[in-house]
Amino acid sequence: MSTSETRPPALLTTSGLVFLGVLGAAVVLVPALNLLTAPDSALHVPTYVVSLLGKYLTYALLALSVDLIWGYVGILSLGHGAFFALGGYAMGMYLMRQIGPRGVYGDPVLPDFMVFLNWKELPWFWYGFDLFPFAALMVLLAPGILALVFGWFAFRSRVTGVYLSIITQAMTFALLLAFFRNDMGFGGNNGLTDFKDILGFNIQADGTRVVLFVLSAVALGLGYVLCRFLVRSHFGKVLVAIRDAETRVRFTGYRAENYKLVAFVVSAMLAGIAGALYVPQVGIINPSEFSPANSIEIIVWVAVGGRGTLVGAALGAVLVNYAKTYFTSGLLAPYWLFMLGGLFVAVTLFLPKGIVGTFYDWRARRRASDDIPGAEPAAAPKPAE
Amino acid sequence: MLLALAVLSAAALSAAALAGRAEAQDVGGALAQLATNKYDDTEAALSVLALSGDPAAVGIVSALAEGRLVFGGTPPRVFIQGEGGALLDPLTRQPVADAPAVKPVRVNNRVRRAIEAASGALSLVSPDPAKRLEAAQAVGRSRDVAALPALDAVLAKETDPKVKSALALARASIVIGQAGVSEADRIAAIEVVGAQGNQDALALLRSVPADASPAVKDAAAAAIAGIERNLALWGAAQNVWYGLSLGSVLLLAAIGLAITFGVMGVINMAHGEMVMLGAYTTFVVQELIRTHNPGLFDWSLIIAIPLAFLFTGLIGVIIERTVIRFLYGRALETLLATWGISLILQQAIRTLFGPTNREVGAPSWMSGSFEIGQLSITYGRLWIIVFALLVFVALLAVLRLTRIGLEMRAVTQNRRMAASMGIRTNWVDAMTFGLGSGIAGMAGVALSQIDNVSPNLGQSYIIDSFLVVVFGGVGNLWGTLVGAMSLGVANKLLEPYAGAVLGKIALLVIVILFIQKRPRGLFALKGRSIEA
Amino acid sequence: MSDTETLVRDIEPDDGLGAAKKTLTEALLYLNAVTVTFDGFRALNELSFTVDPGEMRAIIGPNGAGKTTMMDVITGKTRPDKGDVFFNGGTTDLTRLDETEIATLGIGRKFQKPTVFESHTVLDNLRLALKGQRSALPNIFRRETAAERECIDAIFETIRLTEHRDRLGGALSHGQKQWLEIGMLLAQDPKLLLVDEPVAGMTDAETAQTAELLREINANGHSVVVVEHDMTFVRDLGVRVMCLHEGSVLAEGTLDQVSANERVIEVYLGR
Repeated sequence: MSTSETRPPALLTTSGLVFLGVLGAAVVLVPALNLLTAPDSALHVPTYVVSLLGKYLTYALLALSVDLIWGYVGILSLGHGAFFALGGYAMGMYLMRQIGPRGVYGDPVLPDFMVFLNWKELPWFWYGFDLFPFAALMVLLAPGILALVFGWFAFRSRVTGVYLSIITQAMTFALLLAFFRNDMGFGGNNGLTDFKDILGFNIQADGTRVVLFVLSAVALGLGYVLCRFLVRSHFGKVLVAIRDAETRVRFTGYRAENYKLVAFVVSAMLAGIAGALYVPQVGIINPSEFSPANSIEIIVWVAVGGRGTLVGAALGAVLVNYAKTYFTSGLLAPYWLFMLGGLFVAVTLFLPKGIVGTFYDWRARRRASDDIPGAEPAAAPKPAE
Repeated sequence: MLLALAVLSAAALSAAALAGRAEAQDVGGALAQLATNKYDDTEAALSVLALSGDPAAVGIVSALAEGRLVFGGTPPRVFIQGEGGALLDPLTRQPVADAPAVKPVRVNNRVRRAIEAASGALSLVSPDPAKRLEAAQAVGRSRDVAALPALDAVLAKETDPKVKSALALARASIVIGQAGVSEADRIAAIEVVGAQGNQDALALLRSVPADASPAVKDAAAAAIAGIERNLALWGAAQNVWYGLSLGSVLLLAAIGLAITFGVMGVINMAHGEMVMLGAYTTFVVQELIRTHNPGLFDWSLIIAIPLAFLFTGLIGVIIERTVIRFLYGRALETLLATWGISLILQQAIRTLFGPTNREVGAPSWMSGSFEIGQLSITYGRLWIIVFALLVFVALLAVLRLTRIGLEMRAVTQNRRMAASMGIRTNWVDAMTFGLGSGIAGMAGVALSQIDNVSPNLGQSYIIDSFLVVVFGGVGNLWGTLVGAMSLGVANKLLEPYAGAVLGKIALLVIVILFIQKRPRGLFALKGRSIEA
Repeated sequence: MSDTETLVRDIEPDDGLGAAKKTLTEALLYLNAVTVTFDGFRALNELSFTVDPGEMRAIIGPNGAGKTTMMDVITGKTRPDKGDVFFNGGTTDLTRLDETEIATLGIGRKFQKPTVFESHTVLDNLRLALKGQRSALPNIFRRETAAERECIDAIFETIRLTEHRDRLGGALSHGQKQWLEIGMLLAQDPKLLLVDEPVAGMTDAETAQTAELLREINANGHSVVVVEHDMTFVRDLGVRVMCLHEGSVLAEGTLDQVSANERVIEVYLGR
């Protein structure tokens, strides 16, 4: 690091390369093992597992988006599930329009739930969602604009710390209530489901599932590189400075609220993309995605993996969700909430830096003791606040 | 309704009687007529009895209805057959010495109707004002023209002001929609009805015939406008009442949170679960009472309050000692850890008691309601408001008057200074957390009366409670009180316009915007020491 | 030149008001009758003083005299209830600007408690403070120029932290943090530095070095306002001294003049 004054830190660190390598391997291996092996082969990966893994990857992207603002800016959003859900709804609306006349009621334009509610024509905000590019744009814009408006108000008035956490929670709660209403025109309680195809491909087909998995992996990889690019730039250094001493940043002449706002909007858009990839793989989006409990769960993924490490957030999301799948499907199902709750407590008490953060610390100590120059200083966040 | 029918036919009957068919003019004469045991005479006698207002008439009519009115002897006399077959004088109710052989007075369907009518009319002239009032209101609701003469007759005699005004109202209700009434009479009726000021009056006023004179119509329109204003006011008052009721629930749920947040800067996400534990404590107390001493049921809440306080307070102290004390100064981590605790507590209750709602009964003194003007006030809600205010006052007293309260305030204002003055801040923290949790438990006892007791009970309150605390301003109990009440009232005032869900959303948005405007709440501490 | 009316006329250009105008337009920082109240407590009470371009000024005074509040007012953290605060010869009304705008104008502040970016390296701390692009989006793609590098190297020499450049800010000693913070102020290249208790917790040697450092900074054309309790340090600075008490100026002059003042001895220095 002694020469770092002329060379910014590498875009990809060792752990980043390992992370992208694992993702790349998954992109090659999982589709191959699904499509090229016989169903009875020991190596065969069934399609439902492909979709399950794809779901984990979208969660990992969501966790990444939370880590960008929590780990690097210190904004603990307890409402990030809202951005994920909005992206998901935008994709869901496209998928609903693709059903066309194949719905139960056979209406060529109106989705089934609108026919059921006796609606005569498509609400204006459903226009355009039959076109994929428009829907894809909305996947970014819907969460992005919400984040922009919300963040503009919140950061400008310097709402910080637990206050900010609580109003983000109130935000997602308000959206939860709103989306439960049939009148909102988003399918109410049941949400959007019974999707048929995406861009003309059958959404249930093995090939489509594999492609969705690959796309999720690619999105996660790109998302990671984007976040790395941001946090190592001058912009990213200001973000960390805001996390550690916001007042100092203001007195240094930076508009802290603008930096926060940019990070918040980027993060919300990443979450929206994650939601959009999530919906076709699980086949449904409903208001429960807005529930505050969901949003808080994302935080524990990041905390388990290691806040402020990006790789850790993704790892934490996959680990916790794998554990959830494993335990909630077996005899231990009633005890899952005990475990999840215990995880929250244990991580905050005993592993405040998470798995990856603790590993970085250990590696830095070992290098220091081995007197190896160039030890990468762990971007260890201070404990919140 | 039955009563109204009875009064009506009685009125028709007495109208006929007034027209001259009756031969007897008093109760004595009526008794003589009854003794003839002819249906026509019995009917005529009933109409006389109906209008007599004599207390004895009531006994006679009911004896006839029950088949205990008998006649016999020469000349035939009427007796009431008492317990064990003894014959009593119908007027004096004294046993008769020389009892003749007797037969019951015959009754057919026509007479039976006349009996019903007579007993109805007798309640209009009953010596008990409450019964007269009820009868007058029944007639008013029926709005039958045939009752007019009878009403006029009793109206002239009535002395009790309440009954008199009820009778006048009944009369006006009938007159208002009737054809062939003089203009002055109808306008007078409109005034009487209009003064009533309720929904019923509104319906009556709208029934003014279309061919009525302009003066009448104007009077009616004015009266309707007056009533609608009146009703809107009462409606708003009712919503404010509901709002205060909701506000007191929010206050109960939030006040413990306000303490822990204010004193320790700790966001306790498991606070809602403390409320839930309090509700389950109530459930267990009631179960034990049901199986061991059902007579104590009315005391179950009183017993549950201290138990819930102690139990949840103890859990709170345990949580503070085992988890939270390691996380001081790390508010966001505390938030996550307590969220984890909330999941564990919910699941523990789900495992122990099942995921479904548990039945918690209301003691007799909590059920029922009363009315003030157009306001309907249920005892349950009233007691919860009273309880919330009591808890608030008690808490203020604890903070102001006790040693631990003084220490808590000291720690709130300057933790390091308090520590250097020899205050054991650890102990204060544990006690504060225990106190906050204990109050949540007591809130749970109250909430068990108005909400479903399920493992999810706490979750539905946690966001609202946070908003109350943040809205009111941290570290200020009065802020919490004002915050809770204004959020409660605002919620209920928004509801009629926006609907329950949209109202709630609107409120969330308003509070979010408010926090942007005043990030430290309504009653924020000011000064140099407050750092971002 | 003490009432607001004169002032308002003064800031209009070319009004030919001669002498009165001179004071305001020549002052770098101009405070007039500034009052700040917190819940009934008057932190600043009709405080008036000026700082000339290139001047170094020391401010002393007991706790609660309003020293930090004065800095809060100048830097836009606290809005005065009444009074005027002008910068740059009366051209800029500071009471209308927020912290960021004031920092950009060229007023740097060192806090009482040393505040550096603890999880950034010393080098990055200076890079962040360095005068230059402050907008969010361009900074995503910003690259360091050779001129900037030289500037940072020069500051490192001034604050004597060259060998610590790759350590984390949080790992520095208390005194080093104070210097780093002063270095960050230099990197901002402000016209005016407000320095709050720069030698608190320093050894005598460090204190003397800091005095030298501040004199050097001042000699390079920066105006400096130093708040400090350490009389030795103030004496080392050898500049004009102002004593605050209960939110207004009690005495002003050389250190010897001020320390001889009866009132100053009574409320601050003690007998």
